[in-house]
This record gives sequence, structure tokens and C-alpha cells, in this order.
Amino acid sequence: MPITRDEVAHLARLSRIALSDAELDHLAPQLDQIITAVAQVQEVAAEGIPPTSHATGLTNVFRDDEPTPCLTPAEALDQAPAVEQQRFKVPRILGEV
Amino acid sequence: MELTRMTAAELSAALASREVSAIEVTQAHLDRIAAVDDRVHAFLHVAADSALEQARDIDARRHHGENLSPLAGVPVAVKDVFATKGLPTTCGSRILEGWHPPYDATIVQRLKQSGAIILGKTNMDEFAMGSSTENSAYGTSRNPWDLDKIPGGSSGGSSAAVAAYEAPLAIGTDTGGSIRQPAAVCGIVGTKPTYGGSSRYGVVAFASSLDTPGPFGRTVLDAALLHEAMSGHDPMDSTSIDAPVPPVVAAAREADVSGMRIGVVAELGGEGYQPGVLARFAESVELLESLGAKVTEVSCPHFRYALPAYYLIAPSECSSNLARFDAMRYGLRVGDDGTRDAEEVMALTREQGFGAEVKRRIILGTYALSSGYYDAYYGKAQQVRTLIIRDFDAAFGQVDVLVSPATPTTAFRIGERADDPMAMYLADLATIPSDLAGNAAISVPCGLADEDGLPVGLQVMAPAMADDRLYRVAAAAEAAFTRRWGHPLLAEAKGL
Repeated sequence: MPITRDEVAHLARLSRIALSDAELDHLAPQLDQIITAVAQVQEVAAEGIPPTSHATGLTNVFRDDEPTPCLTPAEALDQAPAVEQQRFKVPRILGEV
Repeated sequence: MELTRMTAAELSAALASREVSAIEVTQAHLDRIAAVDDRVHAFLHVAADSALEQARDIDARRHHGENLSPLAGVPVAVKDVFATKGLPTTCGSRILEGWHPPYDATIVQRLKQSGAIILGKTNMDEFAMGSSTENSAYGTSRNPWDLDKIPGGSSGGSSAAVAAYEAPLAIGTDTGGSIRQPAAVCGIVGTKPTYGGSSRYGVVAFASSLDTPGPFGRTVLDAALLHEAMSGHDPMDSTSIDAPVPPVVAAAREADVSGMRIGVVAELGGEGYQPGVLARFAESVELLESLGAKVTEVSCPHFRYALPAYYLIAPSECSSNLARFDAMRYGLRVGDDGTRDAEEVMALTREQGFGAEVKRRIILGTYALSSGYYDAYYGKAQQVRTLIIRDFDAAFGQVDVLVSPATPTTAFRIGERADDPMAMYLADLATIPSDLAGNAAISVPCGLADEDGLPVGLQVMAPAMADDRLYRVAAAAEAAFTRRWGHPLLAEAKGL
């Protein structure tokens, strides 16, 4: 078995998904099956073959740094879950209140 | 003639000659949606008011003698992955429920500029991950051929809307087959343009190196008209190709394959493919030969690794892209009661906001990218991607286009594969190679499978920026098939 229930729980924590125990029971064997299937790529003789991350072959694209119209603060904040003093209001990010 | 039965090309001509108004055309489609969409569930949001407002504007401009583009007054349905200013954009996910984007995707903007009428937003698998729309958080769309069958996915709302005559045209996105597979199983035409040929700006990202917006239509010419209107260089998308749009409309009108070299891909067929699909495909090849094409068999030995490579590359990119759904700036926020910190709120929001398939893929991608596994999984998949591109290059050195069945099977029953991810992934077996290589491919109806009477799609693949070849071949096949059948294939759909 290439992936255990504990490893899936760890990956879920890294992914910031608070999986329930029931979901872990359900997802872990499915992920195991999927990983077994995709591991077929390891059969391919690919020594010396360069990787492709992108098919167009484009490298960096540059443009002139010219100011253009953009969203107003009101537009940018319009869909925020919480707003205070024209800023995104977020839960505390440090350990203490 | 009933307005909803007309093709986009016919509507365009009738609108230009003022036989009908944009208001009449739009209202007819809104009426059709009202009459059938409770059964088809193609739409997540019908934009009746703004559609009629757009239509009134087009009629007024035409009345004043303004020179309008071919799609002016022709309705288009938009997959809910495209940002639409003032209209909800959910991407089929609870995490974006109620989100109203502050801007339009470039393609939506272009459609509006061309005068196309935005009818509404269509259903999809959550974040475009799936082959059936069963992964939508808002219910499953139905196949107009048989309402108990899937309409394909992830752009299944768009394919169902076009096949159910709720819209003459629709746009979708193709990452592993999400335009061609739904087109094939609904008996309509769908194109994955060359990667970079159509803008990704304002398209909610799934796998950025693969995501490609493209058109759906009931005819090859209709798909070409939409392809031309939506495509072209966009400075807002840094992977957009700065070159003219291939002459797809002209190619669809020419519909001539005489002298063309067509390669049958040996690896896309046989085991895992339904007999009725293979039979219709074999007939299509004979038909193209009878129309003057030179057919040979070509081998692409690494295509058998396309599916596993894709299910490493796409989840890896998705695990990174979907990190933006962090409950901080927009979208759902769960558990922010003053006792929890940001990370806890993030994890609770993502737990409640994402469905099972999205979670599977994020976790799979996180695994494939983690140190210690990176070389064995993601790195290896990227090398396989290179080998697949080389297979295509070698094949296109011998032939002008490649053909295969678009899907291994016809539409399957709703629920049949819903909780069997590997079975669901197989729906993309024949479509994935073109996504990995970034070239162009189309699915065009080629008949009904004997065993279930459901539509089969013929896939045509062409080199990058040779999208016009797709339309030349597909239009030739469509014309010959329609002569043989005596009517368009969709006339046989009996689901509604």
C-alpha cells in the first residue's frame, strides 16, 4: 500500500482541509487506488528526457509598466467575507488573541 | 422555422436581414429554457433581464444601420467557470456560492463586444473536475438523448443546453477532455482550440498549463463562428499566443478533405472501447477515405501513459491553484466566531466548501509535489509529457491530422461511476493526449452506437495553431454523414 490513512490525514492538514474521520476512511483507499494507477508513469524509460511543464515553449512575456485603470477599493472589497476600515478583515493569524 | 431549432449561422443571416429581431431570438431561447430546463438542469443561472437588455441594444444598433459582427443577436450559454461581471460565478462549488466577480473574463468581454447575447451560466463539475457534472455542488445535468444518462463533463451544462435547443452556442473549457467528451456524448460539436489560442484571463484556474476555453455548437460551422469570435491574442494572459486566429470559418465552409493525409492512432481504440463506438469510428474512417483523404495508421506508443501522467500533472497544478480559496478575500468563510485563528477558519471553510473530487485531487497533487515523491511522480509525469509531444511531432511529420474515437464509451448512467474515481477518469482516455501536448482537437457526431442508440463522437487532432484543419475534416464528415442520414444526428434525440 503506497499511501496510508495517516499519510492522507497529514496531506489534508498540509492542504488546509479539515477532513472528518468518515471522509478519511472513504478517501484514503480511493487515493491509494489512484496512486497505484498513476505510478505507471514510472515504467517509462525516460532517462535524459527533459521535462515539459508547459507546451507552448513560451518563456517570459514582458510589457511596459504603464498605469491602467483597475478596480476601485469598493469593487475590490465588495465580495469580501468581512471588511473593516477599507481593508479585508481576517481572523487572527498569531497564536494569542 | 422555430427559432430555437435554427443554427447560429441561420440565426445570424435572419438577424442581419431583419427577418427576426434579437429580442425575438432571445425570448424564444428563454422560453425554451423555461419549458425544459427543470428536466435538463443545464443552467445554474439564467440571465433573462441582462440578455433581453443586450438584445434590445443590438436591435437598436441594427436599426440605426450599424455594421454588426456575425454573432450579433445570437444567444450563447456560458460555463460557470468564466467570470461574468454582475452575474454569479460559482464554478459548480459551494466555496463560490453567491460570488459576483468584479470583472468579465476576456472571452466574455469579446462575446459581448461581438453582440452575442449571454443567456446565462451553465452547470459543471466542481472546478471543472469530472466527466459527468455529478461533481457539481448544485445537482447533475441530464443528457437530452436520455435523461437518466450523464451529459458529459466537466462542461456538461453547456453541452446539454446546446443539445436541448436551449442555446445555439455555448462556451466551455477543456483541461483533459471537458469540451470534447460532453460534445461527443450529447451528439454535438465541441472544440479544444490550441492551448494559448483562447484567453484564460477570468477563467477560474484548474490546471493552468492545460486549461483551454473553446466552443460548442450543433454544427461544425457554428462552432467555427464562435471559435473565431472568442479567440485571439490577449495581453492579460501571459500564455496567450500572439498570432492570428487560424482561418476556422473558411475551413468549415470549404469542408474539403481531398488529398489530406489522415492518421488513425493505433493506441486510441481496441481494449476499453465500446464495440458500438469502434464500429462508428471505423465507418467514419471509411467515409473520409471515400471523400478523397489518404488514410494510414500511425503509432503513438506513449499515449498509453497519457492518462496516468495527466492525473499527476492536473492534480498537482490544481493543488496549487486552489490554494487561493482561503476564506480571506472572497467566497465562503466558515467558523469565524472569534475563537478560531485564520488557519482553522481556512481548513473548516475548505472542508465545507469543496466536494469529494476536489479534495481527492488537492490531496493527490499535494502528495505528488511533496519532497521525496516529486521526482517519482510529478517529475516523471513531466517527462512523459515530453514523450507524448514527441509522438505527436513524429505523427504530424507523416500526416496532416490524426483521428480517433472521442470517448471510449457513450453516455453512461447517472450514478454508475459517481464514487469510482478511476472508472470516471477513463472517460478522458482519448482526449487527454491533445491537452498534454497543447495542440488542437474537435469532436464531431459520427452516428449512434448499436447497443444503446446513443451518440458517438469522432475526434480529429491537428498540430498547434492548425485549428483550421479540424474544421475542414469535421465539416466534410458532417456533410457526408448528414447526406447519408437524411437529417442532422440530433434530430434523433428522444429524451425530451
